[in-house]
Amino acid sequence: MSTPNIHFDRRSFLKVSATAGGGMLVGLSWTASAAELDEALPADPITFNAFVKISPDGIVTLMSPNPEVGQNIKTAMPMLVAEELDCDWTKVMVEQAGLDSTKYTRQVAGGSGSIPASWKPLRTAGATARQMLINAAAKRWSVSPAECSTDLGVVMHKASGKKATYGELATEAATMEVPKDVSLKAVKDFKIIGKSLKAVDNKKVFNGKQEFGFDFKREGMLYCVVARPPAFGMKIKTLNDARAKSMPGIAQVLRFGNKVAVLGKSTWEVLKARERLSIEWEVDTKLESTADHDAKMAELLTKPLEKPQRKDGDALAKFEGAHKVLESTFEGPFLPHAPMEPMNFFAHVKEDSAELIGSTQNPGSALRAAAQVTGLPENKISVMMTRMGGGFGRRLNSDFVSEVVEISKLAKAPVKLMWTREDDMTGGIYRPAAHYLYRAALDAQGNIIGFHARGAGLNVGNPLRENNFPAGALTDYLAEGHNHQSNITTGPWRAPVHNFLAFAEQSFLDEIAIATGKDPVQMRLDLLTQAEKSPVGTVPYKIDRFRNTIELAAKKANWGKAPAGVFQGFSAYFSFNTYVAQVVEVTVEAGQPKIKRVVCAVDCGVVVNPEHARNQIEGGMVDGIGHAMFGQLTFKDGTPEQSNFDTYRIIRMADTPPIEVHFVENELDPTGLGEPTLPPISAALGNAIFRATGIRLRKQPFSQNGIKNA
Amino acid sequence: MAEFTLKVNGTKYKVEAAADTPLLWILRDHLGLTGAKYGCGIGQCGTCTVHIDGEAMRSCALPVSAIGKAPVITIEGLSSKNGEHPVQEAWHEVDVPQCGYCQTGQIMSAAALLKKNPSPSDADINTAMAGNICRCGTYNRIREAIHVAAKKIKS
Repeated sequence: MSTPNIHFDRRSFLKVSATAGGGMLVGLSWTASAAELDEALPADPITFNAFVKISPDGIVTLMSPNPEVGQNIKTAMPMLVAEELDCDWTKVMVEQAGLDSTKYTRQVAGGSGSIPASWKPLRTAGATARQMLINAAAKRWSVSPAECSTDLGVVMHKASGKKATYGELATEAATMEVPKDVSLKAVKDFKIIGKSLKAVDNKKVFNGKQEFGFDFKREGMLYCVVARPPAFGMKIKTLNDARAKSMPGIAQVLRFGNKVAVLGKSTWEVLKARERLSIEWEVDTKLESTADHDAKMAELLTKPLEKPQRKDGDALAKFEGAHKVLESTFEGPFLPHAPMEPMNFFAHVKEDSAELIGSTQNPGSALRAAAQVTGLPENKISVMMTRMGGGFGRRLNSDFVSEVVEISKLAKAPVKLMWTREDDMTGGIYRPAAHYLYRAALDAQGNIIGFHARGAGLNVGNPLRENNFPAGALTDYLAEGHNHQSNITTGPWRAPVHNFLAFAEQSFLDEIAIATGKDPVQMRLDLLTQAEKSPVGTVPYKIDRFRNTIELAAKKANWGKAPAGVFQGFSAYFSFNTYVAQVVEVTVEAGQPKIKRVVCAVDCGVVVNPEHARNQIEGGMVDGIGHAMFGQLTFKDGTPEQSNFDTYRIIRMADTPPIEVHFVENELDPTGLGEPTLPPISAALGNAIFRATGIRLRKQPFSQNGIKNA
Repeated sequence: MAEFTLKVNGTKYKVEAAADTPLLWILRDHLGLTGAKYGCGIGQCGTCTVHIDGEAMRSCALPVSAIGKAPVITIEGLSSKNGEHPVQEAWHEVDVPQCGYCQTGQIMSAAALLKKNPSPSDADINTAMAGNICRCGTYNRIREAIHVAAKKIKS
């Protein structure tokens, strides 16, 4: 077995910090400067702060604190630091940091929040180290720091012509007092931010050397799979593990709760032994089916909510005597996340400490889960994040971490837990199913005089985002969302709630436009003007940014001027503080709609790495189209009816349309990008399909409505 | 348990395993070659793709006993120059990946395609790559990178 090629020794860091005394804790929990830490270190990289290390040979090591799940954050975060450090990107090495709340905040890959939350702190970290390098040079040359400048890892004093590289200055610079106030560059002066730099781990990813959680091995560890209840609502009645235990390569079989862990020397051996477990299951709670879920949500949609999430004016009164009332119901299924890398994790629980390594979007949650299971204090548990083979929200949960920690504790051994694809798809934590009722009261001129959104979801919390547009534009608006408890477990799934809500909302707005003879783009722009002139209540979106984004998409797609036989659909949505507008164009071939082109406009503020941003935007829309077309997880008596990619269809290359991406250019702080382009795309597609075929799609997946090829 | 002799990336290995052990787990657990990934175990997603006798095959559903003397090439052995196969270079130029988990399998499928068809059309690519899922949705970039690689191989 190979030894792990990742390494983060949290305890040794803490020890070094302790010997260094109080350190200089400014803003971001800076570590003490390296020169104070240990005399034996100078040959190694010299630490300036939690993000920056500089070696005497000029190599700059930048720490990337957040988990890499495919958003290319391990390239973007260091770009923020490098920009203000003014170093040479070709001499930058990037290192993944482990979980360390003494040095970093928000080490999470979720909520499209990594760049927005780090935009100022990480640039400040770079600027602070740069100022220390300047101060060291100025001291060496007996000049004022204000007379010095930097470029590509060199400090210069123009008047005297003196120059020194960061490497030459690093040892001295790290002993300088940490400056409290540093200024950050203006957007127009950026040299690194805004460039499409290649992802830092590309080579390893392409030659197979990149380690994902699934690839992690430790000498002496036991491979492990777990037998879990075959249906939600079942528990173990009897267990006979004699045959499994006698299989070759099997070390231990352990029951914990309603699960049975099989541990052994190799993956295939534990998989085969798991099949030899004799487990009799019995009903514990209720065995739910999709038909029950649909009936429950339909029932809830008939019921008012005592305390609506938002109520402007009196929408219900406006429906009485309205010239026309529109009403539509939308149905969204449960979805598994199905990242390419199924859940897995490594844990080694000892008497007084625990070590966790693997694929997690949320290492803080993994830490807390391990502390809860073991009873160990959090500072005795280390968590190292590997690169993840996707997450889509699934790895924000730590159920699989709790499992492996429990197993390692019981087995008294280092354990690597793997979930098979079937375990992953049937093991719970899904996008909640939700239904929506949308109603609009219209006057004789086609104006919306009353608007009513009612949602019902299963373990969804609040199924609405009640401040969504067109809230703010309408005097009489009502939003009420029901939550129903189910024993099917749910969790965040890329753009939680938004991911289906946007389909319902943006499809319904299209229905209103068509029913009132308005252009869908112009109708949205008119509503925005209404919200600008006579705002009702508060809204999270900025009118001008929303308008610019809509207009950019319409312009780039040549909205309303499609050639004969090409049908356009429009959608626009605000989420994670980002504005998205999309046009989908379809044609009809052999009676089936076919997407010819997708045009997407995005306002996410300053774009850190345009090519990686485009990749996220494209991926969000491919994800949205794929799940709208094919995705559904149904249940029969508590058992998921889909369990692998033969029964659960994922979008493939031939289904993927050409995509054009356009950014609204501005100098505003970056906003989220991992999620916002997913929610509205299925509505733009559905709206285009309606124009092309006359079929109004209100239920996902579309493949259940006779649509095959889009 | 039985002993099998495999030729992987030009090196002969003797492994002891149950005859029905899929090649994927031999590569990963026994030989420490983790570039081929587990994704589905039923040959549906392509993350485990390797070349057997030059053909792109799904190693997750192929028992070790079926390999015989056929040479196996994994992503680790695709290029003699450590990651400088034209397909790998093209992947970097186009900056294809998001999470990257499927990309070794995608690259192996693409390399096998280009060996047989040095000038594939979009439709040829769609067909040849139909067995490889990318959950992040980088398909358009993969297709573009295959065209870039085709040009590299020709020049």
